[in-house]
Amino acid sequence: MTEDRRPRIGVVTFPGSLDDRDALRAVRVMGGVGVGLWHADRDLRGVDAVILPGGFSYGDYLRSGAIARFAPIMNEVRGFAEAGGAVVGICNGFQILCEAGLLPGALIRNRQLRFVCRWVDVRVETSVSPLSADLVAGEILRVPVKHGEGQFVASAGDLDRIEHDGLVVFRYCSPEGATDEAHNPNGASNGIAGLRNEAGNVVGLMPHPEHAVDPDVGATGGQPMFASLLSSSLARVSAA
Amino acid sequence: MSASEPLHRQLGLTDDELRSIRWALGRDPNRDELAMYAVMWSEHCSYKSSKVHLRGLPTEGRSVLVGPGQDAGAVDVGDGIAAVFKLESHSHPSAVEPYQGAATGVGGIVRDVISMGARPIALLDPLRFGPLDQERNRWLFEGVVAGIGGYGNCIGVPTVGGEVQFAPAHTANPTVNVMCVGLAPAERLVTSDREVHEGSLLVLFGSATGRDGIGGVSVLASAALQDGAEERRPSVQIGDPFAEKLLIEASLELVELGLLEGLQDLGGAGITCAVSESASRAGLGAELDLGAVPLREPGLEAFEILTSESQERMLAIVHPDRLGDVVAVCERWGLSTAVIGRLVRGGALRASFGGGAIADVPARSLVDEGPVYTRPMAAPVDVEDAIADDPTFAAVTTPPDEAFLAVLGSPNVASKRWVWEQYDSIVQGGTVMPPGADAALVRIDGTLKALALSTDGKGRFGALDPYLGAAHAVAEAARNVACTGATPLAITNCLNFGNPELPEVMWQFAQSVRGIADACRTFETPVTGGNVSFYNESGSSAIWPTPVIGMLGLIEDHRLAVRGAFTGNGSWIYLLGETFAELGGSEFAEVVLGSVAGRPPALDLERERRLHRLLIGVARTDLLESAHDCSEGGISITLAESAIAGGVGFAVALPGDLPGHVGLFSESASRVVVSVAPERATELEDAAAEAGVSFTRLGETGGPGVVFDGLFETTVAEIAAVYEEAIPKLLAG
Repeated sequence: MTEDRRPRIGVVTFPGSLDDRDALRAVRVMGGVGVGLWHADRDLRGVDAVILPGGFSYGDYLRSGAIARFAPIMNEVRGFAEAGGAVVGICNGFQILCEAGLLPGALIRNRQLRFVCRWVDVRVETSVSPLSADLVAGEILRVPVKHGEGQFVASAGDLDRIEHDGLVVFRYCSPEGATDEAHNPNGASNGIAGLRNEAGNVVGLMPHPEHAVDPDVGATGGQPMFASLLSSSLARVSAA
Repeated sequence: MSASEPLHRQLGLTDDELRSIRWALGRDPNRDELAMYAVMWSEHCSYKSSKVHLRGLPTEGRSVLVGPGQDAGAVDVGDGIAAVFKLESHSHPSAVEPYQGAATGVGGIVRDVISMGARPIALLDPLRFGPLDQERNRWLFEGVVAGIGGYGNCIGVPTVGGEVQFAPAHTANPTVNVMCVGLAPAERLVTSDREVHEGSLLVLFGSATGRDGIGGVSVLASAALQDGAEERRPSVQIGDPFAEKLLIEASLELVELGLLEGLQDLGGAGITCAVSESASRAGLGAELDLGAVPLREPGLEAFEILTSESQERMLAIVHPDRLGDVVAVCERWGLSTAVIGRLVRGGALRASFGGGAIADVPARSLVDEGPVYTRPMAAPVDVEDAIADDPTFAAVTTPPDEAFLAVLGSPNVASKRWVWEQYDSIVQGGTVMPPGADAALVRIDGTLKALALSTDGKGRFGALDPYLGAAHAVAEAARNVACTGATPLAITNCLNFGNPELPEVMWQFAQSVRGIADACRTFETPVTGGNVSFYNESGSSAIWPTPVIGMLGLIEDHRLAVRGAFTGNGSWIYLLGETFAELGGSEFAEVVLGSVAGRPPALDLERERRLHRLLIGVARTDLLESAHDCSEGGISITLAESAIAGGVGFAVALPGDLPGHVGLFSESASRVVVSVAPERATELEDAAAEAGVSFTRLGETGGPGVVFDGLFETTVAEIAAVYEEAIPKLLAG
């Protein structure tokens, strides 16, 4: 690897993806190289990490993310994840990762049964994930959510395991870091906003860090998440 | 309507109109031809009652690239970029089926913008409902908001603004307007002056055609709603936002690759409208094979295919050599394509179905030769009485603090957070100022520029004086834009009225158009297009005359944009403009006195213009800490909103010797409350004096308190709770 090698971050466009351009822009703004990936392709084009962006893939008419998991590119993403590659699912991407079995649990309609678009605070719970590698537990980041089906749920057994194994990466909280129902925008179990797999290389979250890297349009809680993603995806390249 | 009536009347055509059709054809029309004329000559498509008045609107200006008459207007925003925008009504379908009615309204206006070759970058939704204490109004309100979100959130276009108002006059007839704004390289705009060739193919792409919305425009939007509106649900189209998203991407790719000679959306009047307009604009005719139209279900009859308003369809005009490339782009996006005909020499639109000819009509006659009516007009008899009953000098017993909380908690004034939190306002990453501000600000990607967007209508003012109400709507929209520091460039409008066959409604309409014209001339903001929505009435109840203005402005550097929130302690608060004793048609009069009467505030357009110039000028030197305009509820509400938004209190003394409640709640025009750092106050005073705008120092920002000297005191926390909780509480029943 050369010194000036910039991380190449792939962003998958499914039919109905909406935040794909925004994710590519965020990668670019943070110093990475954004690589557009197409749902029907079977090639990850040598990227160092993969983002499944927000949107309504295939219209989400069956169940959010339920059809996207069958897209040809998802075979490649699965293989990439199994080999330890960093995979990030944002919003609809999180739903797809759960549907594909790469993350536990599921996302159902918001408790209030309405779409919600709002800035929220999340507390970092672990630095073991591609989005939090450069962060320490307890840090608070301001990012927006926008979803109709963002209430994370899991069976009692799964939920116990998730908490016991420290798989929760981000939790909704007050600006001061208190986790309570008043600051939970969708009724997610245990206030879970983001989650990783056991290996720590796959992470899904409902908030949109790609919409929180530019101070002109709001807070910048997404910056440290993207910085973590860029550095951790390069670290893996260096190690390999 | 009864089955024994002649067919043309069943389809909504008059006997005179039938005679005109016979004259155009030189013979009797057949059934299918009659259906084509019925939709194309409907009020909604032909503007037959409004045309003579709309000619009085100013439509030309330095920045105008595309004026009225095309799918959407366009203005030059520099750097070779065109901003495309249009406002439209979907009130009638929404009154019948609120979710789908509002959803398909979003879909339709987005297709208007993409048919110009522009990428949609913002949506705004001006909405009007009956009072929320009635269950049916709550159902309509919740359904419309959910429908706008359900569609808009799925297509990746941020909903950045709009307005929500409540009035008894909208109980049976909600007013649902939608504005879409798009951007395109100016040289790539798909306008009707593109060269279109004889022999070019008519390529239909997108969703299949079904029975939904057969004759929707003529059935729903061209007649008043009668009892049994539920039976018209089949006339409401069903939206598929996923298909729309694919349609956006495919259409823009086709335009970017230069594969098209023309692009037309399919909305009201379906294939008939798209094909006849394409042919007529090119000075050509068309051959149309209805058998080639992909159908959602078998067994559609010719007139159904001709007039179906199935959603998410577009028509491309394609040179035969380019057909393969066009099909490939559509296939990549999973969209089906069908060649349904070609453009031919001569002006005839000939349709065939199953091998047989079914229609042969001059395309021009459908598009351009519809009836034009100069309908009778008469001022309503009760209008003078209502104006004479002015509440400005009525005895008021309500203490000012109680009145203030009542006005602040009125759903017209209170926070609309419940609404806009259901909209994705941030997708595309350009929303510099999100909903809740005077105007929304959306960055133009790759530049420091931003568009400032505002929609405004003044229901009560219009009810009392339609001329003044319309002029106020333009003034407020321009003021909202200017508050951010942006220069108002041009408007689009949606003119919402009752039955044009009533002389009183036609008078309201003519007065309103005059008001818009005068204001737009003074502000140099030409009208680039719009939409007329008549027949907003049911039984004896019509809506207030409600012209809604969609204003588009431009700020050169969005980093200099001025926001409405107070920014911290110790800023000096100024009123720019003057408060007069004007409570006629005010929020205070309705909420506290139960009166919708009196003379609306006077409007001096030149004075208003000077205020805009001042605001734009001082924004360039980064002089202001905040700016927020005075509208419903008056100066007390303006101050309260700036305080709530910033979480910073204030102490002010209202100027002049007006009675307390008049000073607090008067809705005098041409006023803005600004705050400025004390060390720059002289600069502001000098600029105002030079601009010819009167100014008064009101007080200072700071602390948790809200203090109106000599009247009452409260806290930011208390008023914020009233402001934020009002609408959720009403919805809880």
